[in-house]
Amino acid sequence: MSSLYEEISAPPAAGVPVRRVTLNVNGQDRTVDVEPRLLLAHLLRQGLKLTGTHTGCDTSNCGACTVLFDGRPIKSCTMFAVQADGHEVQTVEGLATQSSLHPLQEGFKEEHGLQCGFCTPGMMMAAKALLESNPNPTEDEIRWAISGNLCRCTGYQNIVKAILWAAEKMRGSSN
Amino acid sequence: MALDEIKIGGMGASRRRVEDNRFIRGKGNYVDDIVLPAMLHMEILRSPMAHARIKSIDVSKAWEIPGVRLVLTGEMLAARNLAWMPTLSYDTQAVMAMDKVRFQGQEVAAVIADDPYIAKDACEAIRVEYEALPVIVNPMQAMAPGAALIRDDKENQTDNKVFDWEVGDRAGTDKAFAEADLISKIELHYPRSHPSPIETCGSIADFDRATGKLTVYMTTQAPHIIRAAVAMVAELPEHMIRIVSPDLGGGFGNKVPVYPGYVISILASILTERPVKWIEDKTGNLISTGFGRDVYLQGELAVRKDGKMLGVRMHTISDHGAFFADAQPSKFKIGLMHSAFACYDIPVAHLTATGTYTNKAPGGVAYRCSFRVTEAMFFQERMVQAAADDLGMDQAEFRRINFVKDDDFPHRTAYGFLTDSGQYGKCLDVGLEAIDYKNFLVQKEEAKKRGRLLGIGISTMTEPLGAGNSREYDILGIKMFDSAELRVHMSGKAILRTGAKSQGQGHETTWAQIVAHELGIPADDIVVEEGDTDTAPFGMGTYASRSTPVAGAAVAMVSRKIRAKARKIAAHLLEVSEEDVEWELGRFYVRSSPDRGVTIQDCAMAAYSNMPDGMEPGLENNAYYDPPNLTWPFACYISTVEVDPETGVWDVLKVVAVDDCGVRINPMIVEGQIMGGLTEAYAMASMQFITYDVEGNCVGSNYMDYLLPTAWETPGFELHEVVTPCPHHPIGAKGIGECATVGGPASFVNAVMDALRGTGVRNIDMPLLADRVYEAIQTGKDISGAPPIKTEE
Repeated sequence: MSSLYEEISAPPAAGVPVRRVTLNVNGQDRTVDVEPRLLLAHLLRQGLKLTGTHTGCDTSNCGACTVLFDGRPIKSCTMFAVQADGHEVQTVEGLATQSSLHPLQEGFKEEHGLQCGFCTPGMMMAAKALLESNPNPTEDEIRWAISGNLCRCTGYQNIVKAILWAAEKMRGSSN
Repeated sequence: MALDEIKIGGMGASRRRVEDNRFIRGKGNYVDDIVLPAMLHMEILRSPMAHARIKSIDVSKAWEIPGVRLVLTGEMLAARNLAWMPTLSYDTQAVMAMDKVRFQGQEVAAVIADDPYIAKDACEAIRVEYEALPVIVNPMQAMAPGAALIRDDKENQTDNKVFDWEVGDRAGTDKAFAEADLISKIELHYPRSHPSPIETCGSIADFDRATGKLTVYMTTQAPHIIRAAVAMVAELPEHMIRIVSPDLGGGFGNKVPVYPGYVISILASILTERPVKWIEDKTGNLISTGFGRDVYLQGELAVRKDGKMLGVRMHTISDHGAFFADAQPSKFKIGLMHSAFACYDIPVAHLTATGTYTNKAPGGVAYRCSFRVTEAMFFQERMVQAAADDLGMDQAEFRRINFVKDDDFPHRTAYGFLTDSGQYGKCLDVGLEAIDYKNFLVQKEEAKKRGRLLGIGISTMTEPLGAGNSREYDILGIKMFDSAELRVHMSGKAILRTGAKSQGQGHETTWAQIVAHELGIPADDIVVEEGDTDTAPFGMGTYASRSTPVAGAAVAMVSRKIRAKARKIAAHLLEVSEEDVEWELGRFYVRSSPDRGVTIQDCAMAAYSNMPDGMEPGLENNAYYDPPNLTWPFACYISTVEVDPETGVWDVLKVVAVDDCGVRINPMIVEGQIMGGLTEAYAMASMQFITYDVEGNCVGSNYMDYLLPTAWETPGFELHEVVTPCPHHPIGAKGIGECATVGGPASFVNAVMDALRGTGVRNIDMPLLADRVYEAIQTGKDISGAPPIKTEE
């Protein structure tokens, strides 16, 4: 069992409520003791050391913290960790296997879909949700699907291309 | 046989980026990802008031919260002589407010606790009593008689003026204006904007009492400047300070200055003897850290009937907030504003500039630009458009006849810069062809039948990138050169370090390409490291598009030093004299018998195992590069827009970019820079600005109020290139990172104004929000974007 309090600091002070939460992260069950007010993004980053999920704006506008929650993209900075009890969470760290990258990861590199890399994990997770429901999206559908994720570096054009690249590869491998 | 340069990832290869391998796996190493043993967390309490006297600060309730380790206020800093710090522009800035707060968001207290949630709780438990003072949000208000004095902390400061400054030829300009057929005038405000990288600022200060060494992991684009500043402020010796800039989640100028949060975290670590992490929240970042722009311009262009520009006059009034913390070469009070009109052949020009204090966040930084060049080029292209309209001349033709011609280089601009290369007319031609300029009027007429107004906007400019040369460019006396250090191992693999610091520009990829070009070592065999002052050579960092012009040149020069030594080794191995040795990519050979040769890798091995008698072993060197001049890329951006007069909403139809940044090291990365820059240009033209209400409340303190374009609004871009190598840069490259941000905004604004031709509207200040455009169409009047001034009740 992993206890967030043990991992980041001293045990909770007297009177601080603690809830036990079990969630599945990238295919693994994790049980943690958390304060009810702890945000899911902070549980992932500080508690579970999955620092690929970034926090950018604290107001669910930028999307750097996007993860998949039971397969749907959500902003993990605006959800409490306790709300994830009994649910499945996928983060960027779950995209690649030991031997191969996910087509989205390849596409982002191939089409220069990132510069500073800060928005990239959230962007790829939003794209993953799109491609799972729509394997052959148009450019407009892609732009709409990632419109909850801000990027300051690329101007989005290459991100759109990266997602199209991944979509094509995924269609090819599923045939 | 010489190597195929593209195959080894040399110059011109669209080499896929090395840094992507960690970013796509979520394995970047940003400052908030770093965890040190026993680390504490810091939170800053900021002022809700824009101008107020602090009557009292009660921190007792904060201390009562379990897990709180330290509470800091200005008085505690003052006891250690840390309450004030120098800015990069020879002013002082409060690290924490003591006497009074001077802008909303100013640092008032800080809590250091076991975790960030506790630190935040404790900040909320601090009670501060304020007494409101009159608030100034606008320079005109700041300069009005009887205005409240913002900087009463400064001796001899009796008003809110920061500086008066001028450059150019006043008398000559007056004469040119007297002889002009037409004087075209325009007044504009370039609104305050924030670079707003998605990652905010932050630091982890780690002071080790045993060794006396301070290590600071922090979000900085210029680690060595920070080390110098910390040495000054904290009075620690330089060799006992290590600044590490890890991966940066964007910078765009926001991460150049020294911010109070960094300094407070350093003091907190010294006092607690534990690492202290400070990660700013988005609101803290938007309301307190270096903004860009906020300049008012009165501009006049004197022209002859036939369209020849005779002279230009500019007066700028800039709003620097509460502290003059501009990050720019010290000598230039309003940055390189006088680079305006550099692409036009104008005999004389004169610029006067006034800077003012207001109750707003301090700045401004060069937001994706070289020190006010963005404002300069926007003003230039808006003035050019207005003059073309006043003359009744075609806007493309007006530009063309006034361009500096290809064979007129080097050219001394009216304000005194020396431009050295370009094919301005060709770039314009490529752009006009791509946008189908000839047929635009036909489309415009067709749209009119549908009740829509079409407009086309051109923006052409050359801008000075890559400060400096050391004669004219310094920050606080430190000359603006840059550096590279190259170590070639015995296997022929290498490590390169530079004084620059990537924030997404891809230095780990492109610097290796320059080495590959110079030495024939495959780029994949070269590791690039930046950002650690203990290991990187001294450099001035990355901003103002100076990486490739300065540090990139140093990479080429250090590679050439390595090649010169390798040549001596090659002569030794080939048993011929050095004069008989020829070089081709990756290999030295005997001139008279080209089959006899040794590779650069053979020379590297010999440098450690078989060097000539008397030669110093090893194959490593460094280079400090002081550029002879700035680099002068040229750009032509043209956009077309469709305005709906019923709503004021406008859509971009097409954007064409023609960039001449000289030789391109990695075309893929260059294009990425241009598209990113165009997006920020579109952002500023359409939605992105920070303004203030009459009480000094920042409107734009979060991403719900401060609008950044998403993938949905952002238009597509069509890119074209023209290549005019830089004559003085070792590989012919010019800066590119900021061209589109600098030149782009005017193309969008000119396009909307072109669509509104005939309505009587001459100017709408950015951003061209639908309600502003609608109001302008309805009233036929110009729209000012200046913050409102409180009127007496």
